[in-house]
Amino acid sequence: MLAATTFETLWRVLLLQDHNTRVVLAGSCVFGAAAGLVGTFLLLRKRSLMGDTLGHATLPGIAGAFLIAITIGANARSFLWLSIGAAISGIAGMLTVLGIRRFSRIKDDAALAIVLSVFFGTGVALLSAIQQLPGGQAAGIEGFIYGNTASMTSQDAGFIFASSLLVVVACVAFFKEFSILCFDEAFAATTGWPVRSLDLFLMSLIVLVTVIGLQSVGILLVVALLVIPPVAARFWSDNLRVVAFLAAIIGADSALVGVIVSAVLPKMPTGAIIVLVAATIFTFGLLFGSRRGVVIQLLAERRAASRLRSEHMLRAVFECAENESPSVELSAILNKRPWQKKEVLSEIHRLANAELLTLAADGLKVQLTNLGLIESRRLVRNHRLWELYLLNHADVAPGRVDRDADMIEHVLDPRLVDELEVLLAMESHRRFVPLDPEKMPS
Amino acid sequence: MSSNPLQIRSLNVAYHRKLVLWDAEVAIRPGKITAIAGPNGAGKSTLLKAALGLIPITSGEVLFFGDTLKRNRNRVAYVPQRESVDWDFPVTARDVVAMGLYRSIGWCLPVRSSHRRLAEEALADVGLADFSRRQINQLSGGQQQRVFLARALAQKADLYLMDEPFASVDAATEQAILAVLNRLKKQGRTVVCVHHDLQTVSEYFDDAVLLNMRVVAQGSVGDVLTPENLRKTYGARLPLLDEAVTDLSMPTALKKF
Repeated sequence: MLAATTFETLWRVLLLQDHNTRVVLAGSCVFGAAAGLVGTFLLLRKRSLMGDTLGHATLPGIAGAFLIAITIGANARSFLWLSIGAAISGIAGMLTVLGIRRFSRIKDDAALAIVLSVFFGTGVALLSAIQQLPGGQAAGIEGFIYGNTASMTSQDAGFIFASSLLVVVACVAFFKEFSILCFDEAFAATTGWPVRSLDLFLMSLIVLVTVIGLQSVGILLVVALLVIPPVAARFWSDNLRVVAFLAAIIGADSALVGVIVSAVLPKMPTGAIIVLVAATIFTFGLLFGSRRGVVIQLLAERRAASRLRSEHMLRAVFECAENESPSVELSAILNKRPWQKKEVLSEIHRLANAELLTLAADGLKVQLTNLGLIESRRLVRNHRLWELYLLNHADVAPGRVDRDADMIEHVLDPRLVDELEVLLAMESHRRFVPLDPEKMPS
Repeated sequence: MSSNPLQIRSLNVAYHRKLVLWDAEVAIRPGKITAIAGPNGAGKSTLLKAALGLIPITSGEVLFFGDTLKRNRNRVAYVPQRESVDWDFPVTARDVVAMGLYRSIGWCLPVRSSHRRLAEEALADVGLADFSRRQINQLSGGQQQRVFLARALAQKADLYLMDEPFASVDAATEQAILAVLNRLKKQGRTVVCVHHDLQTVSEYFDDAVLLNMRVVAQGSVGDVLTPENLRKTYGARLPLLDEAVTDLSMPTALKKF
């Protein structure tokens, strides 16, 4: 019986049968997208905790606006009215953080923690005062803390839809401006961008998103919808546009699922469901993300390790063959570096399968094939040039250059490579022994 | 001379209550490559940042081409220290260089392919043509420094202010930066670099400003780098200093292996 009703409700929600559901869904969806989009810049500006503080700082405003409305006999449930209160105290909280940062030597994290707790504490005190009012007028106000869309009217949803759309349009229009602000504020200032106004504008958009998110995610969890979507999106792309777009999609999806579940099970706090959905998407990205996912990175590490192994093997065979006959004794290879006989053998088989070397029938001698000779020559040359480079230009080595993937010509200046080639030729008379760094002429 | 690219008059800068720059008087000559040298904490970077209005000044006046910075923004390009930004930012080398063009693109307008081409040209100028589509966190430190340089080149300014462009870069980058500086000089542009390595000052630069909270000396490298000036600038760190002075007296013995 119960299951049948639930199913029926779900069906009705999914078919968008009532006008109210349609508006609430549309509003929340665009709101989720707006939060993900503006959250991308919040994250890149390293202000995630600011979003949290902002959310908490709205509570005294909501409670205050509620009390004032009751005193003057206005509608204390008006979302617009409560939003204005929330915005005022949110901005006050933000300004307090900025003020503390500017006029004292208190560190940012402490300032944020202080403002967050003081504002929230004030709000809680005001709320308890409201709850002692006669006539149960306070019912439903705690919905702002955890978020609940079940009681959202289509008027509220319309307001949310319009404001969120505004935020989305602003983020798209000022994409270039916001990205330079987030990447390099000082440079942006020197080229003439009004960084202070841009920063203020970005923060106002954050305030707006926080305030319109009160009813769906609630003040405690609004930061999650600002931060989780861009972080989750970052696992999939290194391109800011794609990250922002994905963050918007993830935000919208999370909000959508949250609202649907909440429509079917009105007792469930929407905010919690939204955050859980976002967190699920985040976890999936963390594990399987195509750019920074754990799995892909583990695979890349293993691939690099295996490439290093084959490179060592090819170089060992090549260097042995350089000194002796082209057909190299297994024992000579084993003496080349501290490796296990087992790994050497399995590596030899792997390379033999790749037709880079051949193993003699008795299993005691190996020889490079033509293909293997070309490949190992390339490897050895690259390796020795890098070695020479590091010895001769010891100042600072190119930090993150992938020495195997990047041929030296792609990284260093051609003149420098020529210079190294000359050095290499000189050294070849000394049987490729690198010079003692202590005895290098300076 | 009011037409100097950069003229700083009685500049005072303080962090909290501590004065970092005292009545700094600096005149940068046009068409020269000038080093601002001095010990750690001498206020070298502060001088650049204060001149560019990035940090508040206590008193003094800064003139660019005889006028305010505001009127000459597009003639001045800044190369910040590499460490000043987060290189994990999700953009490519070309995207960063294009940021030098954002102002000329204008409010809310997108970066078009013509701008991308300009950015690629600037990257080619610093020897990074093959790296334009690479993620900036996959570049080496020296390459990142060159990306910053390319971003400033894209601005096509007349005065370049660089904060430690040679700091901890590899030899290839050092060569590339030097080539760029000399090319800029040949085009009649002016370059000012905060520089930490006293040994290379006379090799790389035409002029030098020795700074230690106050300006100790300025002028052409030959006039400025006297043992007495260096002692005034670097104080009592004599053992190291004497070595530096000896080295400077033999310019041919420098930086060769």
